[in-house]
Amino acid sequence: MLIRPKEGILDPQGKAVERALPALGFEGIEHVHVGRMVELEAEDPERLAELCEKLLANPLIEDYEIQTF
Amino acid sequence: MKWAVLQFPGSCDERDALQACTLASGEARLIWHEERDLGDVEAVVIPGGFSYGDYLRAGAIARFSPAMEAVAEFAAAGGPVLGICNGFQVLCEAGLLPGALLLNESMRFVCRQVDLVPIAPLDALSTPGGAQSNERREGRRLSIPAKHGEGRYYAPEDMLDALEVNGQVAYRYASDHNFNGSARGIAGVRNEAGNVVGLMPHPEHAVDPLTGSTDGLRVFEAVAAARARA
Amino acid sequence: MTVGTAKHRELGLTDSEFELIVEKMGREPNVVELAMFSLLWSEHCAYKHSRKLLRQLPTEGERVVMGPGENAGAVDVGNGYAVAFKVESHNHPSAVEPFQGAATGVGGILRDVFAIGARPIAILDSLRFGELDSIRSRHLLDGAVRGIGHYGNSIGVPNVGGEIYFEEPYEHNCLVNAMCLGLAKTKDMVRAAAAGIGNTVVLMGASTGRDGIGGASVLASAELGDGDEAKRPTVQIGDPFEESKVLECCLELLEKGLLVSLQDLGAAGLTSSAGEMAAAGGVGIDIDVARVPLREADMEPFEIMVSESQERMLAVVEPARVPEVLAVCEKWQTGSAEIGVVTDSGQVRILRGGEVVGQMPVEALVDGCPLYDLEPAEPAGWIYGNRATLAAGTSAENELLALLAAPSVASKRWAFEQYDSVVGSRTVRRPESADAAVLQLPESGNAIAVSIDGNGRRVACDPYAGTIEAVLECAQNLACVGAEPLGLTNCLNFGNPEKPATAWQLDQSVSALAEACRALGVPVVGGNVSLYNEGPEGPIYPTPVVGMVGELPDPAQVAGSAFVAAGDAIALIGPFAPTLAGSELAKQRGELDKGLPQPDIIAVAAACTIVRDAVRAGGLASAHDVSDGGLACALAESSIGAGIGCRVDLQPLRDRGCLPEQALFGEGSGGFLVSGERGVLEALGGVFLGEVGGTAIEIAAGDRSIVVGLGTAESAWCSLPAQAEHGGT
Repeated sequence: MLIRPKEGILDPQGKAVERALPALGFEGIEHVHVGRMVELEAEDPERLAELCEKLLANPLIEDYEIQTF
Repeated sequence: MKWAVLQFPGSCDERDALQACTLASGEARLIWHEERDLGDVEAVVIPGGFSYGDYLRAGAIARFSPAMEAVAEFAAAGGPVLGICNGFQVLCEAGLLPGALLLNESMRFVCRQVDLVPIAPLDALSTPGGAQSNERREGRRLSIPAKHGEGRYYAPEDMLDALEVNGQVAYRYASDHNFNGSARGIAGVRNEAGNVVGLMPHPEHAVDPLTGSTDGLRVFEAVAAARARA
Repeated sequence: MTVGTAKHRELGLTDSEFELIVEKMGREPNVVELAMFSLLWSEHCAYKHSRKLLRQLPTEGERVVMGPGENAGAVDVGNGYAVAFKVESHNHPSAVEPFQGAATGVGGILRDVFAIGARPIAILDSLRFGELDSIRSRHLLDGAVRGIGHYGNSIGVPNVGGEIYFEEPYEHNCLVNAMCLGLAKTKDMVRAAAAGIGNTVVLMGASTGRDGIGGASVLASAELGDGDEAKRPTVQIGDPFEESKVLECCLELLEKGLLVSLQDLGAAGLTSSAGEMAAAGGVGIDIDVARVPLREADMEPFEIMVSESQERMLAVVEPARVPEVLAVCEKWQTGSAEIGVVTDSGQVRILRGGEVVGQMPVEALVDGCPLYDLEPAEPAGWIYGNRATLAAGTSAENELLALLAAPSVASKRWAFEQYDSVVGSRTVRRPESADAAVLQLPESGNAIAVSIDGNGRRVACDPYAGTIEAVLECAQNLACVGAEPLGLTNCLNFGNPEKPATAWQLDQSVSALAEACRALGVPVVGGNVSLYNEGPEGPIYPTPVVGMVGELPDPAQVAGSAFVAAGDAIALIGPFAPTLAGSELAKQRGELDKGLPQPDIIAVAAACTIVRDAVRAGGLASAHDVSDGGLACALAESSIGAGIGCRVDLQPLRDRGCLPEQALFGEGSGGFLVSGERGVLEALGGVFLGEVGGTAIEIAAGDRSIVVGLGTAESAWCSLPAQAEHGGT
């Protein structure tokens, strides 16, 4: 599961990364968002969205994305 | 007045909160997070700290504890609940208060004495429909320490508008004191029913003239007054 | 399963030490045994280059409850309560990874304090970095401050004070010393000695992983040169949440009287805690590594024995109480495992299931390491560099502003605001509001004050005088808040003691520490030694960090360091005879040199008594010790803190023979800057200097007189954030 701040919410970590990039020679990068990744093994992937809604993400401030392998 | 102070693994300010409750009025006891029964408690305080290490998100795990289930029922029945710092985060995560608390704009933990303006503390009569202007009910400023890394209050614009109209902005930082970048300078909010309040600064650390200020007592007194009225 | 003789060298043992081990064992050690010997015979555990010197230190006093040799020292504060305290270094781990290094440094010192049954009530820290124009120094500062804040804030122990100095010799070897104080009921305190043959050994807290393997030995005993960065082993990762659970768990166990003894697992992990517990109790101990909860299943016995995984405690429990102990651990959701037993064998035996994988006599393992004599030689001159940052002919005003903006002098608000200083409801004086932190103790009806100090630059100039000054500065800081010293702890941070010049610094410094403590009647209740602090350019400044704890009867009678009201008189108390030797100004002028005047300990002690009594009687509006940057900086600090200017004339110092710039910026022990009623100050023997008032700092000093607006002075003094974050003012 990838969890990141919702578009439009001030993300100071993302901003700090973005500000540091030009000094390191990385030009043309914008909209940096720092989120987190939760790795887990689930028998029943059906309920993962519910797990994100209830615990892993706060839907008021965060978007999530589920990737299954 | 019988107070309960919740204690989670990782709580830090629960002893200070106990002392503050006692100084404000009555007696107080700790409720371990696994307890499901609040007994004959008349007001609940959810103290500051780093419940469950604040892992995942501040307050995200604590909200699922048995004691929090009991608090939700207590609040639904009109019982007064005060959430301080991490306790405020827990209440927001639990959906008992609107909004969320994000990383401070500076990305640093800050411990600083701040001035708060009481707008609608729990003893202010709630004003359905927001007929009365919040600003007219502003009380004397309170000098209270704040200490947190994730205390920037956030809610979507339409929710913020609704909070203002409904008289749910409980405390605002005085101008120049909004160090964490909170939306509209909001330091604390209350629920629509007016019996649950949360704030980031720590009134329990402002109850003794020797340690800086006694203004925090007014926050606890407001909770006690809400109980008396209910 | 014996090992080749070459292995011992990689583990930091000399050939003759290895031969001694073989002799004591009667055979060659196997891998497990060699690993354990190498740790317990390291400088860090055996103090092999410092133990002989440390015997000079006075350790006894009426109020001493626990002295050196325990996890922390403790002094009686009345009403059946004792205050435990200790300072410890975490320098090398912090130089590798400042956030985790500093965080685990705080975690370690907290465990030392709750291991004796005291609830931690305060943290202080003493930090040293290179100059802030270096990116590396800014990175280390930022990481260390965040790490200290992260751990202390999360666990709910207030950080109430400390000091930070920035000097080039710390560029590659920063210093992170953390001090913790705890409060205990004296009767509930517990020692670390294992006792009771047949008692169970219980490991509590986090599971054991491969963190910091070889850490204590390799990290603390090897000098690092250029390009050695990759050889540094992985640092330990701290988990304050786990520690907070272990802390509450241990205190509950002790309160219920369920433990015979308790010890934390620090550097050298299970090896040192099990070995030292057995040695202290004069018993043997069996440890079964198969019962140790592991994070990685495939760990070798030697890895389990030397792992430095954090947040672990070792307890000795009577077998009948074990179920109760495990139940309390369960309540606090912290791990617990019965991993061993106390024996009468006099041996440390390591088992894996039924198989013995190591067996060593306790005495040989813990106390068998040879102690070395130093071979000191006094260097002929100044052995460190000089870098002028102030141009010749700079005006006195600009010198004052440059000194106020020097990061070592400037306000440390940027750092201490990142620490929770109020949790626990004891903090009567927050950082920078007084010269010492003051904590109220409602339990014993009084208060304690604490200060931590050690100006390495001055010790570098003169290890003897500089160390005495460090002790006196602590005593002066305590006097400013009305406190009388009860005890002292120290952390001796030095370079490689096998080098004659460093050996001389260490020898001089410890002798001076002993003399100062004896003269002041302050016992040394504990300490820590960190040697081999060197970078490619050479050793760090010799840095004895002194932490002093004192008592005051009434927390309401405490003076602050800031002036209080316009119209108050300003006076100087004490035998202050400032010179530019070793001063911040001499540093900025690039004029540092060997030698400092010898302080008069007895005269300074007398001044401390006068100030302390006056503060307790409520006779002083403010009291501030004259320190870095001299009297001009002390005046500026007291003015900025109050938001009121001052008007003074330094003629009285010039009458003592000081040149104008010595009177303004000279440093030395024994100066108290006080304010209050003129008659009261003069009755105390204070020399009247002027008055509080106005909006400028006005100092008459002959041809070097100063008038600086308060706002200008304040911007200079508050410039640390810009310097810390970008390197500029």
